[in-house]
Amino acid sequence: MTNNSSLIRIESLKIGLEDGTELVKGIDFSMGRERVALVGESGSGKSLTARSLMGLLPDSLHVQADRFELLGEAVLPYNQRQWNQLRGKQVAMVLQDPKYALNPTQNIGRQVAEPLVLHQSLSKKVRIEKVEHMLDAVGLPNPAQLRKMYPHQLSGGMGQRVMLAIALINDPQFLIADEPTSALDHAVRDQVLELISSLVEERNMGLLLISHDLQQVADYCERVLVMYQGQLIDQLAASELSNASHPYTKTLWSCRPNIDKRGESLPILDRKQIASLTEGAAR
Amino acid sequence: MNLIELNDVSISHVQGSERNTVVHDVNLTVKAGECFGLVGPSGCGKSTLLWVLAGLNPHWSGSINMLDQPLSAGKVFTGDLRRRVQMVFQDPYASLHPKHRLRRALSEPLKLLGYQDIDDRLSEGFKQVGLAENMIDRYPHQLSGGQRQRVAIIRALLLEPKLLLLDEPTSALDMSVQAEILNLLNDLKAKRDLTMVMVSHDPDVVDYMCDHAVTMKAGRIDQEKFYN
Amino acid sequence: MMDSTNNLTPHTVQKKRRFRLPRWLNTFNIGLIMVMMLLGLALLAPLLSPFDPNVQNIQDRLLAPDAVHWFGTDRFGRDLFSRVLFGARPTLILVSLVVILTVPIGLAVGIFAGYFGGWVERILMRITDIVMSLPSLVIALALVSILGPGLMNGALALAFTSWPSFARQARTETLSIRRSDYLSAARMQGVTGLRLIVGHILPLVLPSAIVRAALNLGGIILAAAGLGFLGMGIQPPTAEWGSMVSSGSRVIFDQWWVAAVPGFAILFASLAFNLLGDGLRDKMDPRHDK
Repeated sequence: MTNNSSLIRIESLKIGLEDGTELVKGIDFSMGRERVALVGESGSGKSLTARSLMGLLPDSLHVQADRFELLGEAVLPYNQRQWNQLRGKQVAMVLQDPKYALNPTQNIGRQVAEPLVLHQSLSKKVRIEKVEHMLDAVGLPNPAQLRKMYPHQLSGGMGQRVMLAIALINDPQFLIADEPTSALDHAVRDQVLELISSLVEERNMGLLLISHDLQQVADYCERVLVMYQGQLIDQLAASELSNASHPYTKTLWSCRPNIDKRGESLPILDRKQIASLTEGAAR
Repeated sequence: MNLIELNDVSISHVQGSERNTVVHDVNLTVKAGECFGLVGPSGCGKSTLLWVLAGLNPHWSGSINMLDQPLSAGKVFTGDLRRRVQMVFQDPYASLHPKHRLRRALSEPLKLLGYQDIDDRLSEGFKQVGLAENMIDRYPHQLSGGQRQRVAIIRALLLEPKLLLLDEPTSALDMSVQAEILNLLNDLKAKRDLTMVMVSHDPDVVDYMCDHAVTMKAGRIDQEKFYN
Repeated sequence: MMDSTNNLTPHTVQKKRRFRLPRWLNTFNIGLIMVMMLLGLALLAPLLSPFDPNVQNIQDRLLAPDAVHWFGTDRFGRDLFSRVLFGARPTLILVSLVVILTVPIGLAVGIFAGYFGGWVERILMRITDIVMSLPSLVIALALVSILGPGLMNGALALAFTSWPSFARQARTETLSIRRSDYLSAARMQGVTGLRLIVGHILPLVLPSAIVRAALNLGGIILAAAGLGFLGMGIQPPTAEWGSMVSSGSRVIFDQWWVAAVPGFAILFASLAFNLLGDGLRDKMDPRHDK
């Protein structure tokens, strides 16, 4: 690993329903100050894993792990208050759709400043300064003006930049981004990913980027974790993706359509083969 | 042969007594048998245009010829035209009635058309899209996104359309499932002599699927592109 | 990947869990049990009641509760326990009549208004608004005094003022699904008109109408008791909770149980339906799931 101080260290994490159905079936991974993509289809357990790292799972889910450490602390037994201390200060999250994640009744400045109000005691003037600086850092024009605007006046891409500003304003140690671009237009997606990736690198943070589009996120990460049906079936360096050996990773890597593939059919998953492979691995 | 011809078509949104023109003076033709792409950022009017072609938005002006008949603005599609133009919607979670089992959802329009061999047609449809036939008595919420989109495709194809409209048919799906659905659509197009109009915000998808595409920007056509 | 099974050592940590009531002990089930009790008692009243509810026995008038008369007797010496049991019957019949009358009318008005929009909507919703702004108990009293007191007329009078809330709710819900993809899809498939309304819209609007009906029932029970209390409901000597409270109120300082027993019956019935309605709402609305 590039960095000795592990930000996340998880061993045998299991998330299940009350009736015993396991949704995440015992996964291990650790990461330091690096950019890692967590890739999988819907239902693979990638979002549940990310939410467990934020303490955001509903009470109806059953979580257990042999080791569940964030920034060196065993956080699984944390209560809401302790989580609140951690979230927004040490750990931050960017969600899928800014339309639903931003409060429509509050202006942008207030929402970006909220983590500051909660976690630091600053004068109003310093706060405004910080907010404007942050809005500028996420590439939004005219921070002073933007502060007074409301979410409905922003486009999706701008909304996601605001979300990012909220997440980063307290200089957290790491950022979890759950499908941060899937609600955005295609043209804006790369810009937002580029921004997340460069900000994380500048600030020497850890990034866990969750996505179903392996090809798109590969450029913005150093390492890739692949999940399938609750298991971590493959992990490799992003640079190794083009010669991945696991058939699932291979298909995910090559199934995106483009102009060169016209006339041929796209590679699709052979789910039976993968099922037999994962069973072999679990044994 | 041109399946669709639009001349100076403008489309407005009507809200109460206000009219707001969102698509301006569009001219385009779609040939029979081609896959035609409509690309552009959200809010550019591509979906609005598609909903007019679907007969779901009658607030347009200009002239439209579809399937060799002139349309008149302000009227809904009826009869043969209604059945020959079908659509697959963007969000497979929203396009199937949540309280209807698949059997009911798929057989109701066939019953209205007076078909006798409905069960045979349904099982033929399931075969074509690669779904297990025993799913027919399930509710939509018991299916995955990809399976729902396959059901939506069966639903459209059962009426034997000449024109299949696709409103971002894969943007709500996983990348791996998108590949399966796009393969399926290509297959069907080859087998069934379908004309398709596909709206997408992903230029890669359009590059891969379409024979002819236009890019829209702020309610107007910006670029036209032919693939061969 | 590491083999995880041999790591299941005692130091496995688990998330702390909050104390929770057993799953079956929820609002819905409690309400359901109470309503079932109510229905059972009303149905089996002739078997369960130790006395004829209408036989007067002046020697035994205004007796306190004891082993023979469990709830005591009223000023005509009638057994209160038997009368309360039989009193459940007119209340439940009246309540069912009101529901049967109001839900279909409210749904029809609301769905048509929401579906057609324009003039149809304006006219239907203004009528709804007008009826809604009438004071319901006063109108019910006026209607009963015109039609004459009795079970059926009481139901009609209460129904007349309670359909608008169903209409409003049905209209709002119809509006919200009118532009949904699945209705557009149905239209594209040639499903139109009444077929679309009954087959596609009604199934989506009905559940919340049922919830609302269950929640309204508590109020209707109170209103029915109110009519009875004012002598506008079912006429004596038939046992009815409202009129029983009314006759008990004359002796409330010395023989409080005469009014309290039917009063508690009213409370129990109203609470039962309120709990059931609340529970139904939680069950049907996934947003309440927590």
